[in-house]
Amino acid sequence: MKMNRALSLALAGALGLSLLAGCGGGSTSTPAPAETGSAETTPAETGSASGVIKIGGIGPLTGSAAVYGLATKQGAEVAVNEINALGGLQFELDFQDDEGDAEKAVNAYNALIGDGAQIIYGCTTTTPCVAVAAETNAARYFQLTPSASSTDVTAGRDNVFQVCFTDPNQGITAANYIKDNGLGTKVAVIYNNGDAYSTGIYNAFQAQADEIGLEIVSVTTFPDDTNTDFTVQLGEAQKAGADLVFLPIYYTPTSLILNQAKTMDYAPVFFGCDGMDGILDLEGFDTSLAEGLMLMTPFNAWGEDERTVTFVTEYQEAYGGIPNQFAADGYDCMYAIYEACQAAGITADMSAQDICEALIAQFTAADFSVDGLTGTGMTWSTSGEVSKAPVVVKVEGGVYVTQ
Amino acid sequence: MKTIAPGRKRLVNNIITYGMVIAAFVILQVLNAGGMLSPSLQGQLVPICAYVTMAISLNLVVGISGELSLGHAGFMSVGAFSGVVANLSLQSVLPSGPVRLLVAMVIGAILAGIAGTIVGVPVLRLRGDYLAIVTLAFGEIIKNIINILYIGVDENGIHFSTQNEMALNLAEGGKAILKGPMGVTANVKLSTFTAGFILVLIALTVVLNLVNSRSGRAIMALRDNRIAAESVGIGATKFKLTAFVTSAVLAGAAGALYAMNYSSLAAKKFDFNTSILILVFVVLGGLGNIRGSIIAAALLYVLPELLRDFYDYRMLIYAIVLILVMLATNSPFFRDLKGRFQEWLRERAMAKADAKAKGGKGHE
Repeated sequence: MKMNRALSLALAGALGLSLLAGCGGGSTSTPAPAETGSAETTPAETGSASGVIKIGGIGPLTGSAAVYGLATKQGAEVAVNEINALGGLQFELDFQDDEGDAEKAVNAYNALIGDGAQIIYGCTTTTPCVAVAAETNAARYFQLTPSASSTDVTAGRDNVFQVCFTDPNQGITAANYIKDNGLGTKVAVIYNNGDAYSTGIYNAFQAQADEIGLEIVSVTTFPDDTNTDFTVQLGEAQKAGADLVFLPIYYTPTSLILNQAKTMDYAPVFFGCDGMDGILDLEGFDTSLAEGLMLMTPFNAWGEDERTVTFVTEYQEAYGGIPNQFAADGYDCMYAIYEACQAAGITADMSAQDICEALIAQFTAADFSVDGLTGTGMTWSTSGEVSKAPVVVKVEGGVYVTQ
Repeated sequence: MKTIAPGRKRLVNNIITYGMVIAAFVILQVLNAGGMLSPSLQGQLVPICAYVTMAISLNLVVGISGELSLGHAGFMSVGAFSGVVANLSLQSVLPSGPVRLLVAMVIGAILAGIAGTIVGVPVLRLRGDYLAIVTLAFGEIIKNIINILYIGVDENGIHFSTQNEMALNLAEGGKAILKGPMGVTANVKLSTFTAGFILVLIALTVVLNLVNSRSGRAIMALRDNRIAAESVGIGATKFKLTAFVTSAVLAGAAGALYAMNYSSLAAKKFDFNTSILILVFVVLGGLGNIRGSIIAAALLYVLPELLRDFYDYRMLIYAIVLILVMLATNSPFFRDLKGRFQEWLRERAMAKADAKAKGGKGHE
């Protein structure tokens, strides 16, 4: 009994302390907003003190989309370290978790601007990104997303820019590529109708295929990435005689589809989009299954140009594993911001609102282009969409080979 | 004069609850006006109001009526999406923001109430674990239906489809509001803290009045002993359904308030996890304890945000705090302490009363 009392006292003490710690965190962050409140008159004191531009990153670090959020965070960190090592303009990246949820993303955004962030980098996924974009647009913060690929992210917002292809753009490019290269005559599509990314690509693919006369013989869906059985969908594609299966989905379900197709003795060409990048790095996946798989990805980790090699080495040293296109997009985001800041002459003591206007002007300037890992000569339209050449790779011998 | 009359005690209790909510609102408004609130806390005010309302309404089902419901987020979802559709389709007819918010919340509440009736009639025939599982399933069904639903609006009215955006056949100038798994991506934000506060007050009034009414006593009698209650002529279905539908209506209004605070919203948000989150608020605040639900919902919502400084350990610390609170509120030590505190209060009140009585006599 005495033991019990001591224990409950200790627990109560711990609870009290943790609550106090929580309150402490709250009260230390309270003065910050007052500073930002007066930021109009005395622009971003926090930034000028050390001459560092504060970038607030948002993405899922926990939850089902954590793998993408972590990649965008780590890719960006590699770039920030490189940029800071150059001397000159210094960056500080504060990356906050949004759990892939709009509500948490807005909370993360509010926390970041409370801490004096001047530029917003993110979000990783679409729905949170749209919610945050509405906030940044109203408060005039510049926002650059590495991977939120829906057109809804940038629609009607002059301050939001993307580094990734938009979903419709990917669907259209895929349809054209398949048609132009004669990869298949009868196409089957398997997509996730519970997912914005997958549905967005499929809709554009279907529309473009109808227009250019690409025959789609079977369209099947699955509701969630946790699905494990695709034999029905594959069986339907096989029965319809499809010689190419288009998979605008993420790599986890793809790995199962490839495996199940093999056991069914069904060997069409499988064609995927950028969400499939990372499949070769998937734990416990037999890479020989992916042999011949084609996918559109802006980034090839086995590329031989110097920058890619450096990035991959640095990334592996810091975090282990092969970086995927999310990491590369994150890396490019940081360099795009860096080059725009240099070109526009942005300094750390400018207010977030001034930085926003200067960066918008710089990104949409006719002579502004960025060479990155995911494309050379990337330019941005006033709508915020990036323009770069799509790359199709084929898996050969366990690595990507650019087509 | 030894004990306070139960009626009076209830009144005092209710006044404390109302007073607490009003005081919190006034303090926050004053702080906000003085620029003392961090942007982080400012942004959390509306969701806190929505979750507090959710916790109050779920407590009515779980605490007062004694039925474990695991699908409460489903009703929130119905309210949220019908509210958004109302908001966006009435944009030109009702230009005033607050009026449109009110209309959206009322529509959300009504539709959630209809969903609650549809779910409640068959489900409330079940008891205990069966009821929990079936409500869980209904929550998932609602989520999946909204996930395939496409809704658009043009000058001819509202169009529905379960196929895709093209199948809506919108006329020129029409716009798609709800786009299946993509959800709502162009919502117009209307929610304010004041609206949230009013909603919390309404929810509080409805639930407290229901609990203290004849129906409320019947509901609690059914919870405590169904056979005894039925033997004295209390109809189980009627009263259980009253509690369930009232709860769904409030959840719908909370959902509409929540939705109107964000410019994008997907059906995925209102899954099993959200239902459980609200259940955690209710259980931690105390089953049947409305004031406890309010405090628990507000504190547990703010906590993960305060823990942002801990980065990777944030959710771990959150979970540990949850466990500790659960242990602490159930430990005999704390119960003892609480009992002694109440005794001390009672003694003090009695001493005062005695002194008054003596003083009164002295005057005579």
